[in-house]
Amino acid sequence: MNSPSSRSQAYAQAVAAKRRHIWLGLLVLGVSVLFAGQIAEISASKFLDNIGSFTSYFYRIAHLENGQWVISDPAEWFWGWKKWLALMGETLLMAYVGTLLGASAALVLCFLASKNMTHNTWVVFATRRVLEISRTVPEIVFALIFVVAFSLGPLPGILALAIHTTGALGKLFAEVVENVDMKPVDGVLATGGTWLHKVRFAVLPQVASNFASYALLRFEINVRGAAVLGFVGAGGIGQTLLEVIRKFYYADVSALLVLIIGTVMLIDAVTERIRHRLLGEERAG
Amino acid sequence: MSAAHTKAQEDLRARYPQHFKAVYRGRGIAFLLVLLAGLVFAFGVHRLDMSYERIVGGLGELGSMALRMIPPDPGSWHRAGMYAYAMLETLAIALLGTLMAAIAAFPLGFLAARNTTINGLVKFFARRSFDTLRGVDILIWALIWINVVGLGPFAGVLALFMSDLGIFGKLFSEAIEAADDKPVEGVLSTGGSSLAAVRFGILPQLLPVLLSQVLYAFESNTRSASIIGIVGAGGIGLILSEQIRTLQLQEMSFVILLILGTVSLIDLGCARLRFSIIGPRAL
Repeated sequence: MNSPSSRSQAYAQAVAAKRRHIWLGLLVLGVSVLFAGQIAEISASKFLDNIGSFTSYFYRIAHLENGQWVISDPAEWFWGWKKWLALMGETLLMAYVGTLLGASAALVLCFLASKNMTHNTWVVFATRRVLEISRTVPEIVFALIFVVAFSLGPLPGILALAIHTTGALGKLFAEVVENVDMKPVDGVLATGGTWLHKVRFAVLPQVASNFASYALLRFEINVRGAAVLGFVGAGGIGQTLLEVIRKFYYADVSALLVLIIGTVMLIDAVTERIRHRLLGEERAG
Repeated sequence: MSAAHTKAQEDLRARYPQHFKAVYRGRGIAFLLVLLAGLVFAFGVHRLDMSYERIVGGLGELGSMALRMIPPDPGSWHRAGMYAYAMLETLAIALLGTLMAAIAAFPLGFLAARNTTINGLVKFFARRSFDTLRGVDILIWALIWINVVGLGPFAGVLALFMSDLGIFGKLFSEAIEAADDKPVEGVLSTGGSSLAAVRFGILPQLLPVLLSQVLYAFESNTRSASIIGIVGAGGIGLILSEQIRTLQLQEMSFVILLILGTVSLIDLGCARLRFSIIGPRAL
C-alpha cells in the first residue's frame, strides 16, 4: 500500500474527486444563473444601449443647469442648504430618538432573553422569538405599515427604527450578558440581593461599556437607515431625495448625496473614536 | 440601612476622601451625560411631533390592523402562484447581483490590498471608490438605475451589484492582506512568476474565505432584494408595498411570512454550504 505508485494513485483520485465536486458546483451555479437571468429580465442589449446614459447621468449630476461644473459655484450647487441642513438634522434626530428607544427596550428585554439571568425557559424562548421577528422584518416594511397606522411624518420612521434596533441590539446584548462572569452575581445573591440587585450591581458594571459601544454602532447604521425612510413617507431627508431623483433635478441629486454621505462619514468617524475609548477603558480596567 | 451602617460609611468617607472623590466625579459625569441625552431626546420628541394623542391613536389603529392581518391568506391559488413567482424573481435578483459583484470585486480587491496593489495611488483610489459605493444606500442606487434602465428587476440587480461591489472590495482586500506570504516566497524561490505566486501562493488560502463571505452576502441580499421593489426595482417588494397601501392586510401578512420563510431557508442552505466549504473552522 505504501509504494510510491499507489500513493500517487490515491492522490490523483483525491484530486479528481475534488475537481468533480468543483465542476458539479459550477454547473449548478451556471444553470441557476441562466435561469435567474431569464426571470430577472437581464438583457445585455438593454444594458449596452443604456450604459451610456449611466455615465452621462453622473456627468449630469456633476453639472449645474448652466453647464458649469458643480464645484465652480458651491453657492448655486447648495442653493437649498438651509432647508437641506434642517432635513438632515431631522434625519439625525430621528436616528437618535429611534436608537435610544430601541436600546432602552433592548436593555430590558436582553436580561429576559439570556439563560443565565432568566431560568424560566418559556420566557427566554418567547423573548428571543420576539427579538428575532423585530430584526428580520426590514425596517422599511415596518415603516410602510406604520405610515398607514400613524399617518405620514417622522413618527412612523422613528418607531420602525426603534423596533428594528430593539431586535438587533437585544440579541447582541443578550449574548454579552450570557458571557458575563457569574461570580459577582453569586456574590449579590449570597448577600440576599433581589433579581434587580443582581442586574444593577453584578451584571451592568460588567456589560455597560459593551452595551454603549453596540448602541453607538447601531446609531451609525440607523443614520443611514433614517436617510432613506423618507422614500415611503416616514420623515427625514429621503422624501426630498426621492423627489429630486424622480424629477431629474441633477445638481440637487449630487448635492443631497454629498450631504448625506458626508454626514454619515462624519458620524462614523466620531462614534468610532468614542467606541475605541469605551472598549479601551474596559481593557484597561 | 441601620444607623451603625451609615456611621461606618461616613467614617470611611472621612478617612479616605481621595477614593470617594473619584466615585463622585464619575457619578457627576454620568449624571451630566444622562441629562444631556435626555434633553436631546426631549427636544427630538417635541420637534418630531411625537405627541401622546398621535401615539395612542396610532397604536389603536395598529392593533386593529394586526387583528385584520390574521389569518394570513393569499386570497386564491392564482395569487399564491403570483407571489411565489415574485419571490423567485427576488431570489434571482439577489443571486445575479451578488455573483456579478463578486466577480467584479475579485480583481479590484487585489488593487486595494497593501501587499498586491500596483502603487499607493491606485490603492488609495480603489479604497475611496469602495467607500463611496458603500456609502450610498441600496434604495438610492435602485432609484438611480431605474432612471437608466427603466423600472423592473434589472435595475434591482444593478443596484445590488453597486452596493455589493463596495462591500466585497473592502472584505476581499482585507482577506488578501491577511493572507500568509510564506507560500508566496516559496513559489518565488522556485522561480515562479509573480502571477504564479498569486495563483499558487495566495489563491488557495483566499478562496474559502471569499466564498464564505459571498454566501453571507447572498443571505443579506435576499433581504435587500425583497425591499427594493418598494421603489420599483423588481422583486416582491412592489407587491408588498401595494398591499400595505391598499390595506389588503391578510395577503400582506402572507407575503411577509413568505419572505421570512424563504430568507430563513436561504440562511440554512448557505450555512450548510459554508460549513462544507470551510469545514468546522468558524468564520
